[in-house]
Amino acid sequence: MGNAAVRRPRASWIADPKRQILLLKIAVWVIGLGPVVWLTAGIFQGFLGANPVEKIIHVEGRWTLVFLIATLAVTPVRRLSGWNRIIQLRRLLGLFAFFHACVHFLSYAGLDYFFALGLILDDVLERRYITAGFTALVLMVPLAVTSTRGWIRRLGKRWQRLHRLAYVAGGLGVLHYYWKVRADTFWPLVAAVTLAGLFAIRLAYRGKRKKKGG
Amino acid sequence: MIIRIRKKSDIPSSEITPEDVYINRRKFLGATAGIGAAAFMARGAAAAEARVPGSRPGIAGPAAGRQDLEPSSWEDITSYNNFYEFGLDKKDPARNAHTLVTRPWTIEVDGLCAKPGEYQLEDFVKPSTMEDRVYRFRCVEAWSMVVPWRGFPLADAIARAEPDPSAKYVAFETLWDPEQMPERRWKPRIGWPYREGLRLDEAMHPLTLMVTGLYGKTLPNQNGAPLRLIVPWKYGFKSIKSIVRMTFTEDEPPTTWATQSPGEYGFYSNVNPNVDHPRWSQATERVIDTSRLFTRRIDTLFLNGYADEVAHLYAGMDLKKFF
Repeated sequence: MGNAAVRRPRASWIADPKRQILLLKIAVWVIGLGPVVWLTAGIFQGFLGANPVEKIIHVEGRWTLVFLIATLAVTPVRRLSGWNRIIQLRRLLGLFAFFHACVHFLSYAGLDYFFALGLILDDVLERRYITAGFTALVLMVPLAVTSTRGWIRRLGKRWQRLHRLAYVAGGLGVLHYYWKVRADTFWPLVAAVTLAGLFAIRLAYRGKRKKKGG
Repeated sequence: MIIRIRKKSDIPSSEITPEDVYINRRKFLGATAGIGAAAFMARGAAAAEARVPGSRPGIAGPAAGRQDLEPSSWEDITSYNNFYEFGLDKKDPARNAHTLVTRPWTIEVDGLCAKPGEYQLEDFVKPSTMEDRVYRFRCVEAWSMVVPWRGFPLADAIARAEPDPSAKYVAFETLWDPEQMPERRWKPRIGWPYREGLRLDEAMHPLTLMVTGLYGKTLPNQNGAPLRLIVPWKYGFKSIKSIVRMTFTEDEPPTTWATQSPGEYGFYSNVNPNVDHPRWSQATERVIDTSRLFTRRIDTLFLNGYADEVAHLYAGMDLKKFF
């Protein structure tokens, strides 16, 4: 009896779904801010290699894609696992994707090009990989802006339709990555396959629901 | 310690920069100068010292241009490399190339020449006098360094092979030995061994070097030991590493990158700010310099600043077509 009394609160602490979400959110914050902390340390400690500007841009680009894919994985994971509360992580993941996209773009525009707008504009208009990446960033702006509760309420059903743009941004982001590399297409292809897999899961569930409904 | 012998070909770039390039550079720098001057970030006291105006001329100061070539650091030159046989990341060659066995080393000379054969590295190198040359090195990926090479003119080696009059090109091959170059994560769809080539007049040009050393020391493996080519007016990938074969041909030889992606990489691959890579601009370049974190890009020079010496090789050629 004494044992049970000790065990019960501990079990409920971990089993509490609110706490689980809180812990996951803390983890997302740590992982989300980690790269920026690491890069900042790298700048001052000098462990970013011979081309730190390139390193910063690449690291931030990769984390943008990681968070975009994680955001897009929320619904498929929810469908597969039936764990509905995971949806509470989606906004945070999406905002971190946007955050890293901004740091990525600003490092390119600022650190690499010293905000030479003419050169940047040339890139955006003429280099297809930059056109793709820049478009993805632009598409993410309205998604970040309308991520608040107020906007979700105001937009109603249209909110969901609007936020399907995240898939377009993800696709463009992967294309941006694939077009940039010279020969090492391994990670761009991993990203593309992951994105396609997530999309396929979503479509499969959509088909199921329609069948049920009809 | 740099032993630097001024060669006739070491003309200060202020003299050899084409006027239009020079004017464009000022335009570009003018636009960014205000931000640039204030934006360098020191990494520590040593870095701060290195930033004293004039102490590293030619790398970022607009007025300094690149009149004097200040070599990149040993650390930068030997830690930031493309050598795909040892991995695709820039740091991979420095990490992995220790498995390359550079002695004994043989170079096979064949094709249209009077003296074909297998030469030991020592025999191939010995007849020539070693020279130290400080060259700009411009990668097709739009970064650059300044490198103090040690080597001898390729023309020497070619003369010793006595090419036939019908020989118009010389082709090179890099060692391909999976034992020494173990499969890493993922090999790009490149046909090994790595191949490069030059037109014979390009190969015979006095600027074209066979390199065995760096900073007066033996060439590190990641930089293409024990024997590599350096063609300073061409993108870096033309300067083939760890050479095991030299072949004289009548027809233009197939080269690795031009075969891999013909729309992006040509046989000539001369450094040319006016001909962009289809995916990125070649107008500017980032100078690799760990001691200074945030430097602005500099304008790329036509033929990498060696136009006065080599432009005549391409007289009458449309360099947009023959990129």
